[in-house]
Amino acid sequence: MLPSDLRPEQFAGYPPEARKLVTNYLPTLERLPLGFVPSLLREAIEYDYKFPLERRAIERELAKLQSLSPPQAEDWFQAFGQIRLSSELEHFDWINSPAQFVEQLSTHLWATHQLDAFRNAATSYGERLRTAVPPEAPPVARLGIAVIGQGAGAHDKPLFRKLRAQGAYYSRIKPENGLKQLLGVVAARAKAHPVPYGHWYIDGGEQVEHDPALTCVSYGALAPVRAALLRKIQAETDRPGMGPEALRTLLARMNPAELGINTGDAVLDRFRVKLLTEASGTQIFSTTFAQWGARESLRRAQPCTLLVRFAPRQKQRPMSELLSAIQESAQLDPAGSLVDADFGAYYNWLNQQRLPGAEQSSFLAWFEDHGEALAIGPGTPRGTESSTEADLRQVLSWIS
Amino acid sequence: MGRRYQSDSAREMSGQLARTRRDFLRTAAGMALGSALVPSSAFAEAGAALGKRKVIVVTFGGGARDQETFAPEGQENIPHLVRELIPQSAFFTQVVNRGILGHYVATASLATGVYETINNFASLPPEHPTVFEYFRKDLKRPSSDAWVVAPSNGFNRIGGSSHRSYGPGLGANVILPKHLLTAALSKGRGGYEHLLRDNYETPSYYAPELGGGEFELQQLDRVLKLSVDDFKAHALTLSSPDELSLYIVRQLMREVAPSLLWVTMHDIDIAHAGAYSLYIEGIQRTDRLCSELWKMIQSEPQYAGKTTLFILPDFGRDADEDSGGNGFQHHRTGDALSRTTWMMALGAGVRGGVLFDRPLQSTDLVPTLGAMLNFSAAMAEGKPIAELV
Repeated sequence: MLPSDLRPEQFAGYPPEARKLVTNYLPTLERLPLGFVPSLLREAIEYDYKFPLERRAIERELAKLQSLSPPQAEDWFQAFGQIRLSSELEHFDWINSPAQFVEQLSTHLWATHQLDAFRNAATSYGERLRTAVPPEAPPVARLGIAVIGQGAGAHDKPLFRKLRAQGAYYSRIKPENGLKQLLGVVAARAKAHPVPYGHWYIDGGEQVEHDPALTCVSYGALAPVRAALLRKIQAETDRPGMGPEALRTLLARMNPAELGINTGDAVLDRFRVKLLTEASGTQIFSTTFAQWGARESLRRAQPCTLLVRFAPRQKQRPMSELLSAIQESAQLDPAGSLVDADFGAYYNWLNQQRLPGAEQSSFLAWFEDHGEALAIGPGTPRGTESSTEADLRQVLSWIS
Repeated sequence: MGRRYQSDSAREMSGQLARTRRDFLRTAAGMALGSALVPSSAFAEAGAALGKRKVIVVTFGGGARDQETFAPEGQENIPHLVRELIPQSAFFTQVVNRGILGHYVATASLATGVYETINNFASLPPEHPTVFEYFRKDLKRPSSDAWVVAPSNGFNRIGGSSHRSYGPGLGANVILPKHLLTAALSKGRGGYEHLLRDNYETPSYYAPELGGGEFELQQLDRVLKLSVDDFKAHALTLSSPDELSLYIVRQLMREVAPSLLWVTMHDIDIAHAGAYSLYIEGIQRTDRLCSELWKMIQSEPQYAGKTTLFILPDFGRDADEDSGGNGFQHHRTGDALSRTTWMMALGAGVRGGVLFDRPLQSTDLVPTLGAMLNFSAAMAEGKPIAELV
């Protein structure tokens, strides 16, 4: 099966909006190489559950591809056309299972030493697309906030080591009501710039009271879902013949209803499920959940505002404890979680800076309930330290 | 053959990584550039003249990046390597893995000298002859002379290949201590499934079924002179699977004293769970265990003075800057940081305190071992490392 053989009825299994989108652009898809089309379909098949910005990006990408003349299309996709595919891949049901095809393609590229060639083709395509269809700028300069170290005491290594060169380190922050102040600033931005899925609050523990205008995802609220997922994983791994790849495929196909999620927001429910089924560690470590959740929200929804609060994860018990007969309830590891979150804050900043408008973006990392913070903004002097006493609201006003 | 697949930019990046390591090592460990010293052949000959030479290979398993190891900010995580081992080592700053970056298949590639393409998650033997088969067949060594200790249960087929001229009967014995412990504790898997967790790449820990070839529980007593009770009691004092592996290695060195011993560490791969502090702890533990192994080598009469120790990661991990990955958590992008690692060799026949910048491939290890131990790695793609042979 090649893209040139595509027919509208083959997309009957797609969700309604995705089906409509793809069939509208069928003549465009027909002239693209097999090494490329499933990657596009992997996004398109999820169209009904995409965030608004993602939907617009797919629409604009398809419209651009439609506008290419035959010589231009040849030029854009020549490198993809040179990727050698196996007959197994050509016979794979890549229309209905594009994500699984892409996984198989990845294996094939590694095995045939074509990974670099594919990476180059994909990078070149991405650059062309960005030039032809520039990504949307945010309606307001982005603000990222990372609250780290909940429950942690003193630390033996300096915090924010990876971020200090980018901004100003504050050593005398007034911590009182700090989280409330931050959530207040985020809520005010949400009201001033009411963009759907534009202002997020992710909590690695139990979510605190927040403005309903915020898109909220929390590790604590998903506890029943995580438990249901782990039960399903356990049941599947006990089945004969089940392997890691089959397990991964099975998890990727899980939908919110199977895990008992139905908040009435199908897009966000799907996002929550993917956080748990497509990532490693998010099911068991709250710090990983918070970091990965931030990464995915930035990559997909590209919010104007993102507050991520890390919470203590469960302790990784040493083997000697695991071997003992005592079944203790999960203990927390605040000190290790502070290290995780400190590095996670760095990744949050890196991922924010990958988005349009990076030069205007601001970022704040704060050691919860303590006096240390690191602030980065367009006008913030880099690599500096301040002993000025200030509260978090003041610091945010200085960097934005 | 793999050399042509790396792009120019990736090659340049690999070179930069090597230069960074070199600069660090020259200042921190007081090492000299290899070209500044006398030719290595004199040392190699000295090593070859030693009777009953032994080789131990340790994969610094799970992949660790420069910034958490050899870069200035990472050196605090590897004090034993930096202060104790590297000053005595021939250190190669640029070992590039151009194969598939999955732990089993990459280790199989290291062990065959060919970039294997077997399914990383399947219980399959390597397709090309392993170093153990070359060693045993060419030198007519008994099975007791080649061993593999690997904590990861997926490695049970690493000892021998499916190659028709080698394969069954010529491979190494394989011990999977974690699997052994689980068997010892529960006579099955009930209640101790967590001990088998070693595939950190799947969304949830996954313990694959074994496909045969692993060391059986009853051999603990017969081969390692270790009762099940003693084994269990000692395991209760340890904090990680790699520590358990080192315990088994010690028993193996004392009771069997194989000439070719391959130890695969894996604790660092907890990084896949995304917790940075646990990744760092894994590096620190592996650093300590490498030092302990070196001390064991010095203290065991059968090994002291005639053993060459190789330590190398199977590969690195993704760069923070590559948007296709998630930094330290995985090794999926195939970027230069995840492909470029290092290798140190120390002990018998090796000139210490020297570093070499030129690029090597991970497939060069097996032909080098062949040249050291006098067997022919006929089907390996790599080349013997001239500085060591």
